[in-house]
Amino acid sequence: MASRDDGGLWVYAERRGASSFTPVSLEILGKARELSDRLSVELTVVTVGADGGAASELRRYGPDHVLELVHPLLDRHDGKAYAKAIGAEIQKARPSTLLLGATRNGQDLAGRLAVRLRTGLTAHITSLELDGNSHLVGWVPGFGGGIEAGITCPAKRPQMVTVRPGVFPSPPRGSPVGKVKAVTPDLSEEDLGSRRVSFEPKGASVDLTRADVLVVGGRGTGGDFGRLEELARRLGGEVGATRVATDAGWVDRDRMIGQTGVIARPKLALVLGVSGAVQFTVGIERAGTVVAVNRDPHAPIFDHADLGIVGDLGPIVDSLLRTLGAA
Amino acid sequence: MRIVVCMKVVPRPEEVKVDPETKTLDRAGARSVINSSDMNALETALAFREAHGGTVTVLSMGPPQFEPYLRVALAVGADEAVLLSDRAFGGADTLATSYTLATGIRKIGDVDLVLCGEESSDGGTSQVPPSIAEWLDASQATYVERLVAAKNSTVRATRALEDGKETVELSVPAVISVIVGSNEPRFIDYDRWAFAQSAKVQVWDAAALGGDPQYLGLKGSPTTVAGLREVRKAGRRHETLSVTPEEAASRIKAEIDRVRSARG
Repeated sequence: MASRDDGGLWVYAERRGASSFTPVSLEILGKARELSDRLSVELTVVTVGADGGAASELRRYGPDHVLELVHPLLDRHDGKAYAKAIGAEIQKARPSTLLLGATRNGQDLAGRLAVRLRTGLTAHITSLELDGNSHLVGWVPGFGGGIEAGITCPAKRPQMVTVRPGVFPSPPRGSPVGKVKAVTPDLSEEDLGSRRVSFEPKGASVDLTRADVLVVGGRGTGGDFGRLEELARRLGGEVGATRVATDAGWVDRDRMIGQTGVIARPKLALVLGVSGAVQFTVGIERAGTVVAVNRDPHAPIFDHADLGIVGDLGPIVDSLLRTLGAA
Repeated sequence: MRIVVCMKVVPRPEEVKVDPETKTLDRAGARSVINSSDMNALETALAFREAHGGTVTVLSMGPPQFEPYLRVALAVGADEAVLLSDRAFGGADTLATSYTLATGIRKIGDVDLVLCGEESSDGGTSQVPPSIAEWLDASQATYVERLVAAKNSTVRATRALEDGKETVELSVPAVISVIVGSNEPRFIDYDRWAFAQSAKVQVWDAAALGGDPQYLGLKGSPTTVAGLREVRKAGRRHETLSVTPEEAASRIKAEIDRVRSARG
């Protein structure tokens, strides 16, 4: 298929509520602005909903175009209908690149859209570069050993990439720029795969990408997170966890740090009883200071720490709580 | 309802080694295991069958050595097992993998529900379930923790999202991805052991599967690994101490104070 695919760089901005967006939508918009400038292509941000009016906020993050897909059937995320609506616009405009935030609904959409467009998708990148041919290279950590793989999509367009929250910093909110266009997608009831029956909002949802101090526990805690919570509370921070700890049900999934969790940027991370697999350490690489405690002197986590303590977690945490209490 | 559970056999992550010279992954020495959330998907399917009737077929893609894992699923409670196995399927990314599985599901025929784990522990992309749904033009619900039948051959799924729990009603055919830890997968039923050992695991190669060869395996995979490198490590101090708990606590406290004073 001969095509110029010069429709520039696209970002999908996922709405959360009437006029706000998921933080990762803005983070990738900031990164996309930088890439568009380097490639001298236009940046389009596309958003979907039952009503217009969300565009004004997106204009503050530097796009050349804001495309609003507005239809009553699109009032909530439905992977099937959203993929059809966005897919149709992409087939018209033929962008070279589409970036999406790796939220649950973002991933729900991305997998579906990649098939619809018969193109390649790189999931959960932790850094994004351009190669000599202006192809995007998405870096994805692999199994252990500190190795990451650079994935490209050389022959198909758009090259699709999903990005975890926190990988890129939030861009500053500036003056509104860019042209706004609203489109009503061609949709009927049959295009809708699912209908919402009910929604039970979560009380206080935690955003670890914004925490200054993180107290992170892994397998070595043996599931005893009570004292870690106490430590986090005393330090004015939040509790994070490894995949092992969240899979075991010790800690809520929102608190998973790493490639399939949160890429955190705290000023201080206390990493307790974590061995340090690469899928985890990418999540603390951006921390200001890392302190690690582990019983195994050869644990890879010590390669990622400013201060490493070899020893048993329980007595050290107890002693630390006493020290903090006395201060 | 006719239910297919997609199951992936993955290497135990802690047993995969990296060759320090070539920087390539050596999975040969690693033992394998059924992907964790796929067991939750199987449990969801078995519970659904008990409540509403139907059949459960497990479907996997991989080398013939994966057959014993499918027999485990039969011993746990699945009715049938299908393994898609051909060198032509190798080197598949999520586009080709989802195409191959979707083609297998079509060949099984009259499938109402496709259940998958939310993501695999090795690839970890979580993209295969919604991709299968698009190939099949099916409805989808991802990150599901609860699934029940509803009226007029629809199903009701509760999705765990970042900001809350969303319950949706879906028409069938539907593809559901099940969240890890959403249920307690049952153990092998020893009364089924003889059946599981003697049952025929259907093995379909590319010729038996049919489908469009341009979408299979490496050829059907638009993404490619352009390079491997060591993960960039932040410039850390790497001070490692083995001291008493009291000394450790005071060193950590000093670190906390240092960060705090820099903050203020």
